Amino acid sequence: MSIESLVLGAGQEVGKSCVLVRMGGKSIMFDCGMHMGYLDRRRYPDFSLISPSGDFNSSIDCIIITHFHLDHVGALPYFTEVCGYHGPIYMTFPTKALAPMMLEDYRKLMVERRGEQEQFTSEHITECMKKVIAVDLKQVVQVDKDLQIRAYYAGHVLGAAMFYAKVGENTMVYTGDYNMTPDRHLGAAQIDRLQLDLLITESTYATTIRDSKYAREREFLKAVHKCVAGGGKILIPTFALGRAQELCILLDDYWERMNLKIPIYFSAGLTIQANMYYKMLIGWTSQKIKDCQTTRNPFDFKHVCSFDRSLINSPGPCVLFATPGMISGGFSLEVFKQWAPSELNLVTLPGYCVAGTIGHKLMSGKPTRIDLDKDTCIDVRCQIHQLSFSPHTDAKGIMDLVEFLSPRHVILVHGEKPKMASLKGRIQSELGIPCYDPANNDTVVVSSTKTVKVDASETFIRTCLNDGFKCHNKQLEDSWTSSSGHSGSLNLISSRDEVVAEGIMVMEKSKKAKIVLENEYLHIVGTEKHELQLSCCCPVSKGSLIQAMSGSDASSASETLVSTDHRYWIHCLWLKLKKESDFNNVQEVDNCLSLNSFKSHICPVDNCPYRTGECDEGGSIMFFCCSWSPIDEKIAWRVLSIMRETSLSEVSEVCRSPTGLLI
Amino acid sequence: MKLTCLSKGRGFHFPPCHVLSLCGFQILLECPIDLSPLAAFSPIPSVAHELRRRTDPPRESDGLIRAVPRYRTVKHLSAYDVSLFDAVLVSSPAGMLGLPFLARHPKFSARIYATEATARLGRLMMEDLLAMHAEFVQFYGPEEDTFPEWMKWDELEVLPSKLKEIIIGENDVEMGNLLPLYSAADVKECMRKFKAVKYCEEICHDGILMIKPVSSGLEIGASNWIIVGPRRNVTYVSSSIFESSHAMGFDYNSLQGNDIIIFSDFSSLGELVHGGKVADMARMSVTDMEEESVHPSPSSISSMRGCNNEEALTRCLTGNDEISEELDKLSFISSCVMNCSREGGSVLIPIGRLGIVLQLLELISMALESLNLKIPIYMISAIAEETLSFTNVVPEWLCKQHQQKLYSGEALFGHVQLKESKKLHLFPVLHSPSLLTNWQEPCIVFSPHNSLRIGPVAHLLQRWHQRENCLLVLEEGVDADLALLPFKPVAMKVLQCSFLSGIKIQKVPPLLQILNPKLVLLPEEMKDHLPTTCSSFFSFSYYSESETLLVPSLQDDFEAHLAKDLALQLKPKRIKGETTAVARLKGQLLISNGKYMLVPSKRPGTSTDKSSLLYCGSVDPTLLVSALAGKEIIGTVSRRDDTGAIFVQVDVPSKALIEIGVHRTVICSANETLCGRICESACSVLDGI
Repeated sequence: MSIESLVLGAGQEVGKSCVLVRMGGKSIMFDCGMHMGYLDRRRYPDFSLISPSGDFNSSIDCIIITHFHLDHVGALPYFTEVCGYHGPIYMTFPTKALAPMMLEDYRKLMVERRGEQEQFTSEHITECMKKVIAVDLKQVVQVDKDLQIRAYYAGHVLGAAMFYAKVGENTMVYTGDYNMTPDRHLGAAQIDRLQLDLLITESTYATTIRDSKYAREREFLKAVHKCVAGGGKILIPTFALGRAQELCILLDDYWERMNLKIPIYFSAGLTIQANMYYKMLIGWTSQKIKDCQTTRNPFDFKHVCSFDRSLINSPGPCVLFATPGMISGGFSLEVFKQWAPSELNLVTLPGYCVAGTIGHKLMSGKPTRIDLDKDTCIDVRCQIHQLSFSPHTDAKGIMDLVEFLSPRHVILVHGEKPKMASLKGRIQSELGIPCYDPANNDTVVVSSTKTVKVDASETFIRTCLNDGFKCHNKQLEDSWTSSSGHSGSLNLISSRDEVVAEGIMVMEKSKKAKIVLENEYLHIVGTEKHELQLSCCCPVSKGSLIQAMSGSDASSASETLVSTDHRYWIHCLWLKLKKESDFNNVQEVDNCLSLNSFKSHICPVDNCPYRTGECDEGGSIMFFCCSWSPIDEKIAWRVLSIMRETSLSEVSEVCRSPTGLLI
Repeated sequence: MKLTCLSKGRGFHFPPCHVLSLCGFQILLECPIDLSPLAAFSPIPSVAHELRRRTDPPRESDGLIRAVPRYRTVKHLSAYDVSLFDAVLVSSPAGMLGLPFLARHPKFSARIYATEATARLGRLMMEDLLAMHAEFVQFYGPEEDTFPEWMKWDELEVLPSKLKEIIIGENDVEMGNLLPLYSAADVKECMRKFKAVKYCEEICHDGILMIKPVSSGLEIGASNWIIVGPRRNVTYVSSSIFESSHAMGFDYNSLQGNDIIIFSDFSSLGELVHGGKVADMARMSVTDMEEESVHPSPSSISSMRGCNNEEALTRCLTGNDEISEELDKLSFISSCVMNCSREGGSVLIPIGRLGIVLQLLELISMALESLNLKIPIYMISAIAEETLSFTNVVPEWLCKQHQQKLYSGEALFGHVQLKESKKLHLFPVLHSPSLLTNWQEPCIVFSPHNSLRIGPVAHLLQRWHQRENCLLVLEEGVDADLALLPFKPVAMKVLQCSFLSGIKIQKVPPLLQILNPKLVLLPEEMKDHLPTTCSSFFSFSYYSESETLLVPSLQDDFEAHLAKDLALQLKPKRIKGETTAVARLKGQLLISNGKYMLVPSKRPGTSTDKSSLLYCGSVDPTLLVSALAGKEIIGTVSRRDDTGAIFVQVDVPSKALIEIGVHRTVICSANETLCGRICESACSVLDGI
């Protein structure tokens, strides 16, 4: 059995996330994004690789969307309405509520501002969203009889989720984008300790390790305060959802504390509308925000009002949130053109900008001019502040997650090629987990675990449990967030010693195999036990026995025994064995000497059938009838060779001990 | 598996309670509080009322007890050692109101499972109860005596018989169950023991039991439960509503495929007793609402027999009939409210069911709007604000129609807009200053508690009970006559209405058919109301209150998952001809999420040799001789008559003797090598493992 992952997008790049995973006869598409950096057909994943005939309904069992960002959901309406996929689509409640806004915003931008021919219409978006089944976190969703999926909190944006998928015994997690540090409005990613064959994780910050977030927030607030104090205008280009709310909470709070009266604006109704959703979806924000929700909804911002285009050139300082985030066009570009030439003003940039956008140009070096197209160029004199609190996990977070889940294989997507290669190396060398970083349109095939369902008898299970077992659930129960210091939970893995489970598996034709205990086996199979016993009537020289007795510190008990008594001779033999061997569990029971299954007693008869060859010569030899089972063969022969030792010369042709050690 | 029904409960506010023993775990199913003793206590007199009657003796003509009320836990629960409970499952907010009594016990160590929404609403209801109760403590002073004056026998003797019955109960034992209310600290401590989950979230209890809540439709967050143990899978069905007008509906499809169903929806039994009619009040001036009789008519059941395919069955279960029936009732209430309002009367609605309140709010406000009546709606409760704002942030727990509102960016419930437009006012208490400045009559007031003893409703009744133009809307399940006792004579109109609170009896057979279990555990009382035809598909067992039902095992073996790498280590041998193969298995048993996994042992093998070999079958002497010959050992068969044993005498390479018995073969030789080789030969003719 194997799991096949066809990377249709976000392979060694950021943009148009889309991975098609085939396992156990099912195909799941994770994300269906678009690339913001391209305007040609490269903006969409190459769907023709899924099915050359274009019959996507029979080749895909379901689509899972991790969050509402366009590079994860942007191609969905195109795929469902234009390419004709009409199977189930799963996303979380917030994603289902917010994705249409993002899509519509993008569509408008393409059509109205760039005058492009539209790839999909508003109706397409509406129709597409009707096919979406909303899921809650941790809810076990049975897509069909064999395919089960489950969402886990990813913390990246409102409603972002990592998805676990299981077909039969094949298991995997696709993380989408995630964040391991809680921010102003979202919690940190959280997942159970699952047993996985495959983990497909984002790797945006494959090599970055970030410091405390509070320092970076302070830095941002300082820059903002300095700028408005100097009468400057601040442009914060953001996506409507996510960063905007986080920064708003931050600024609203700061304004309150510093008693600032400078207006904070939201461009267009988009963000205002978005706040409405945030209020209803407060259950998906961080615990801290949920807790204060009973008194006042934290998304009711006190200092925020909506912006009018006429205010662009009005005097005085202000803060403006404008879409889109990377100044790739739209309103944020319009404002940027106006504000960039003044050194009083400030533009903040998100931590990551797609190549080709103005945001990207501003980040790489400090350009003084930006050529927008051949006719327009912008003088850039304003200050640039780069926001480095990105809602992506850093390298440490990725390593921690991989270590926590310890999957059998890791695939990296959604990152930059050289950084991914370095992270891949670390995962392989530090964690010993095979790791892949496929390029777009590559397929990675990994093997999966396979188990066979068998029956086990009650006594078998009980015996194993009574012996104690390795408590696996303890690890599974603890779920993981980086903020809560998960390193402690990792130590739980081998909290108890391993106990070996031993049984017999019976496989009968046309029946399920069954594991039973040895003592149940005969009954199950319907036969009787046949015992194999090895015997030998062994001659021992009386002299050597007496010698053993006298040579010992002769306990008082032995003195009471008389030489005619069997117990006397058994005791002598016991002493002899004690003296001449390292067996420490030789026991005297009644008139018998025993060591594991080896038993020996004085042979009462002269014509013992188990006597081979030797005979009593003048009463100097005693015969001990010995028997043992094949298990103790080695021990038995060693004991026998000690017993025979003295009589050896007389019966040398028989008793050439193969061990030869004690002679 | 054992099921003990502790209490059949009494409808929506006091759900049934069971103890389930499963796979070695003791699980308590629900832990409600019995508020019926409240009826025996007098409400706190409002100030005006009090001034008038200050000189009266402590016990007045109504005979009600004037003291801090006490409450009752589930009847037989006190017989259980709380330390033995491993888990508590809570299906609805009402199912957890008695938990602080249990959880405050120092030895209580069970994990409490409930959905996030149930836990939240339940906590709010506890806080509400505490707030209403606090008024009594404030009035009478804290209860210092563990055995207050009124609990003494001579005091109880003079109680009117109806009240005595309530206090003493069916037998004297229940008297001891009357407890002072838990404290806010108890509630806090109790909530700490909750594990709040989502719908369809699988939780692993103690590594073995997998527990999963599935929407039941009764209330926001209300659930049924799937409990899967190593050899048992059980579905616990609490009161469920197929299509709810506010909460997510009854997700019965997710309950399919389990062996055993514990059917604990007693709601239809109430209907059977009441004949499905809304109890009519003698003084009720409004028309009776005749419901269609819910008695299963023979025809409806025989028609059920025909529908075996799932589609037809599903059609039997769903459909809008229940919603529209409920809507009819609510519209009727709304129209009564309008009539009353038009006549200048105030309306008092002490209904405690969130779903009903949410719908009534929307219906009444719409009706007011259309009639252009400017009558304020007040909601007075310590938890009004938090409850309503909570309903607006839980789209995941609501029905499709309300979820749709999220997608279109509207508020989930109409009350958000009503509040903004100042048509609805929320107050925590009756005497809050903002209420005094806002108060207008006539008005429509939603306020707890349906017992009419505690909460703001008691004061409002004292104010309005003699006004003929006022209206009181009560839920079914309250003995209206008793409830109104302290306010007599009552001149205001009283409307009492029942609401759907579970699966209707005629829907039980098709539901069971869809769920397709092997065994259904039903309340004894339902025995006569179910057609015998369903029993051909599965069998029934009946349980009754305070009796333990033993459920026989349906499966002997455990299911284990054998890892491929361990399976590859096996060395199977064929025995008994060719039909069976056996192999020794040595590995490590892991338990993960209720699954037994056998994986290769990480410990180096210490005794993997033939040490623990087991032989069976019998030794055929001729086969043995030829096997020996293969190892260049020559033996001859001889028989000894006296024992019947067969001997094989070996002379080459050296002397040895093999004695073959039915159950035992003895190999005798003084030569270790020879002995070993003979032993190998003997093994080869036996079925060894």
